[in-house]
Amino acid sequence: MGVIIIFLQKAIAQGIGILYGALGEIITEKSGNLNLGVPGIMYMGGIAGLMGAFYYEQGTANPNGFVGMLISFACAFLAAVLGGLIYSVLTITLRANQNVTGLALTTFGVGFGNFFGGSLSQLAGGVGQISVAATGAAYTKTIPGLSSIPVIGPVLFSYGFLTYLCIALAVVLSFFLSKTRKGLNLRAVGENPGTADAAGIDVTRYKYLATCIGSGISGLGGLYFVMEYSGGTWTNNGFGDRGWLAIALVIFALWKPVNAIWGSILFGGLYILYLYIPGLGRSMQEIFKMLPYLVTIIVLIFTSFRKKREYQAPQGLGLPYFREER
Amino acid sequence: MSKEPLVHISKREEMPFAQAVLVRLAAVLLSLIVCAFVIFILTKLNPVEVYKAIFSGAVGTSRRFWVTIRDSLILLCVAIGLTPAFKMRFWNIGAEGQILMGGCVTAAVMIYAGDSMPTPVLFAAMVAASIVAGMIWGLIPAVFKAIWNTNETLFTLMLNYVAMQIVTFCIVFWENPSGSNTVGIINSKTKIGWLPSLFGMNYGWNVVIVLLLTVGMFIYLKYSKQGYEIAVVGESENTARYVGISVKKVIMRTMAISGAICGLAGFILVSGSSHTISTSTAGGRGFTAIIVAWLSKFNTFTMILVSFFLVFMQKGALQIASQFKLNENASDVITGIILFFILGSEFFINYRLQFRRSGKEA
Amino acid sequence: MEQERNAIELKNITKRFGKVTANDKVNLTVRKGEILSILGENGSGKTTLMNMLSGIYFPDEGQIFVDGKEVTIASPKDAFHLGIGMIHQHFKLVDVLTAAENIILGLPGSEILDMTSVNARVKELVDKYGFELDPGQKIYEMSVSQKQTVEIIKVLYRGAHLLILDEPTAVLTPQETDKLFAVLRNMRADGHSIIIITHKLHEVLSLSDRVAVLRKGQYVGTVETKGATAASLTEMMVGKKVTLDIDRPEPVNPQKRLVIQNLTCLNKEGITTLDHASFEARSGEILGIAGIAGSGQKELLEAIAGLQPTTEGVVTYYPPEGGEEVLTDRTASEIRKLGVRLSFVPEDRLGMGLVAAMDMTDNMMLRGYNKGHSFFADRKTPKTLAERIIEQLEVVTPGVTTPVRKLSGGNVQKVLVGREIASNPTVLMVAYPVRGLDINSSYTIYNLLNEQKKQGVAVLCVGEDLDVLLELCDRILVLCGGSVSGVVDARTTTKEEVGLLMTKTGKEERHE
Repeated sequence: MGVIIIFLQKAIAQGIGILYGALGEIITEKSGNLNLGVPGIMYMGGIAGLMGAFYYEQGTANPNGFVGMLISFACAFLAAVLGGLIYSVLTITLRANQNVTGLALTTFGVGFGNFFGGSLSQLAGGVGQISVAATGAAYTKTIPGLSSIPVIGPVLFSYGFLTYLCIALAVVLSFFLSKTRKGLNLRAVGENPGTADAAGIDVTRYKYLATCIGSGISGLGGLYFVMEYSGGTWTNNGFGDRGWLAIALVIFALWKPVNAIWGSILFGGLYILYLYIPGLGRSMQEIFKMLPYLVTIIVLIFTSFRKKREYQAPQGLGLPYFREER
Repeated sequence: MSKEPLVHISKREEMPFAQAVLVRLAAVLLSLIVCAFVIFILTKLNPVEVYKAIFSGAVGTSRRFWVTIRDSLILLCVAIGLTPAFKMRFWNIGAEGQILMGGCVTAAVMIYAGDSMPTPVLFAAMVAASIVAGMIWGLIPAVFKAIWNTNETLFTLMLNYVAMQIVTFCIVFWENPSGSNTVGIINSKTKIGWLPSLFGMNYGWNVVIVLLLTVGMFIYLKYSKQGYEIAVVGESENTARYVGISVKKVIMRTMAISGAICGLAGFILVSGSSHTISTSTAGGRGFTAIIVAWLSKFNTFTMILVSFFLVFMQKGALQIASQFKLNENASDVITGIILFFILGSEFFINYRLQFRRSGKEA
Repeated sequence: MEQERNAIELKNITKRFGKVTANDKVNLTVRKGEILSILGENGSGKTTLMNMLSGIYFPDEGQIFVDGKEVTIASPKDAFHLGIGMIHQHFKLVDVLTAAENIILGLPGSEILDMTSVNARVKELVDKYGFELDPGQKIYEMSVSQKQTVEIIKVLYRGAHLLILDEPTAVLTPQETDKLFAVLRNMRADGHSIIIITHKLHEVLSLSDRVAVLRKGQYVGTVETKGATAASLTEMMVGKKVTLDIDRPEPVNPQKRLVIQNLTCLNKEGITTLDHASFEARSGEILGIAGIAGSGQKELLEAIAGLQPTTEGVVTYYPPEGGEEVLTDRTASEIRKLGVRLSFVPEDRLGMGLVAAMDMTDNMMLRGYNKGHSFFADRKTPKTLAERIIEQLEVVTPGVTTPVRKLSGGNVQKVLVGREIASNPTVLMVAYPVRGLDINSSYTIYNLLNEQKKQGVAVLCVGEDLDVLLELCDRILVLCGGSVSGVVDARTTTKEEVGLLMTKTGKEERHE
């Protein structure tokens, strides 16, 4: 029982960062943009948040965790939006290929994160790791009282605010997409931009906003890893391949934010499953680490078998839109 | 009510070759200026000095020059592997995995059969194994694409990480020294299975193999029947069906070739360059090569230039990183900026802007 | 006073696409509460003109007046604000959304959607005009006419008082067309102005109050329907009296070449698109295939060519040398390997018959690139062929290395037909061979078909212009709803007889 609770708790902790990335990518893809720059954007968000907090804590004698939290949150979001903006200008206005632009953005973003991450630790005296104690503590603060309830406490109430924000965000986005006018318009833009345009929807604006805000949300995934998951420390290449897992999760969730919640916990669980299966040799552990990717591939294949329209990616995904194309 | 649109965008008739080259050069130049600006802000160093350092880092000494050549060749090799797939409009984002699979089986042959085979047989086995491994890794998504139209972009992407886990799985058995979690240099004493020097050049074999592939792929795409089929399928599957080309067959055959060449790149990496295997053996080349192939518009000779330029900048950036105590990841940032500019410049080659206010063509 | 009666006024509207002038100084007025037909041949610029009213394109020159005031229509949104709504030929609907969701797409209103009241509002409009529609149904589950209903209600829901319909009947059955026209008349009675783009004369005469005619991008004039006749309108449309004068040599020694028995096709949704079609195509004869759009013409040709799976029926080929080959269940390349010289000029020239981005040489290669055992492709023979076609068919092109997409429609068709007849076919199938072509190019194509006929080829020609089919063909096969509703002798039949067969359903039900 105890092991299962810890497993669940860790799975959720692993999953939230991926969930942020996936939620942002869902919004982006709903506008018809396949942004393969998400891994880079998560790095940009993570390092910007850390730097914001770092410079704040450096410049203040008694840093207030809450202020540090606000600053780092804003920095992470804005840096990630900047990444989304680069992608948007190139793919929407300049009509560059989405896949190629996304991959270039990932190169740039991962470099950006590691470059500043590495330089920051030099500034801090070359310790290899830097930490922002006050801000990190604020992010990891759990709900007092509730978290000590047995079973329910650790599983449901042992996380920092970013975790709850993420779940709330998924629910809000789900509502946004299915029940609001702008959500309906956004879905139309991603499915069939020509139709959306004819219906008087400003396709370019929707694409820009969805991609930039989506990137901002993805960037919070980076912030989550740096602050809540790692308690305010940076390790180069510390996110590993979680950015790509976020893209995988979008497919797994069939472009539905609420599905992504369950999916993220599953992915998080699969990601760490090898630690919880007794008697697993080192080699078998590596095989188990394949699971999230294999599961995604299976989902991909399964949805292509079943041609159900609701399960498919937005029809306009990956294609540029140009009104007077003739 | 909105005003008349200020800028009117329309598709351009083909731009003269010289003009298109000029646009791209301007983009590169602009990106270098922006990079210089970024570097100046970060380091307060004279950008001219920085660019001198880049130059010295990339080709300053004979050794550096050869490392730049070696890495350009591998990048080129992967880009050539991707080209037929892209020409067919098949988004093979899985080169990273195909390289790793090729490299992994090469390492396996080196480790397990290194001392039980005569050298020519050993090399033949390594080459064959790497080709087969890459081919299988390319064929898996192709089969699903051909038969069930499964999205290949995401499928190949996921396979990269499966390949990565397979490599870490193998590392567990091959690690040397034990506990290091790395394979170390394979056959470091005997150098069995290392590509020997050719014509007195350390990387002579690499040069020969990759240049043969470059010329071969150019000829294959331009003059062979299969190359023609790839072009027809890429341009219009409907037309391909109309004339009786089996689209399924072409997709699978082309991806087998694409994967095979990427697998061979894994062989060149392991046997002809790093002499070890790790998850970072491919080192993002599978992704960078996508950009190389795309920017070169499927022309394998243009790819030589583009891959050399990108590796040149990466090596140069590594040099400034160490010389000016910057972080080595600066090279990725610089590469990223340059790519953004080149990608953006394509727009001005393909489209014409007309400004309303003057009422005339810009 | 005159101004106030006009809902829309267009003055000197010009629109160019590159070197092509699609509309040249066009003038047009639409009165309040009238149905105006815009009549013109394919490529006369009807749709382009209307797209400028609905904000899809922006005119290069000219003025637009709505209710007497000059306006700028830069986007579809502007058009909506002015009460202009267009129903495009290709429906602009999002497949995965419901009818109601499509209808409110892009509209302002409270941010949280209240689908219950939207559905009620839609239902109200549906009932008012006598449509049949479930607001909650997804578009991808709908029939073509249901989709059109959604499009019309979408426009009405937005409060449009000017409706533009782009060839609305091309995809409808006669019954559906009658229903649509009844609805349009109701709307006119309600005070709406309606523009209907069409090239079907009988529709113009039965429905509209006035007719505006365009010819090759230019405005010819507007007349009251009352005083117009089919002949006078045709004259306006084509510029001169149409005596097509297409050559029709007598068939020499016709022999059965293709026998089709009970051929049946289903589409992806499992709907029967070709229903037990049986007929015979003979050598030295042109067999015309008539029918309203989407009656199974495409499926029929593709099934014969081995491009469309069939569920029932047999296609048998009788070579001139004797013997017989069954073509059913063979792919295009298998049919070719049998030595059957079957050529096919499909409807979609640049998307199927040719590769738009490739040059002429490479497009010639599409047929026969696979000949011989060499690994390399032979480009010399196709290049010679390309040059020969340029010379013989007078193709206007900068050269054999120019991508075919840069050629004009007529020249593209010459390239395609030229290639298809170069292989000395015994059966030649052509779909809409003169669609979008000018008169001169059209005659070049008729001559080519006749030449093939004289050489003993069995020609199958799908057409939309009955006048052409009646003068060009020897026999005409009429399709209706996927079934063969009749085969008539083109020399003795009348347009009325063919027209009647086109609207007869396969179950012998007569259209009133």
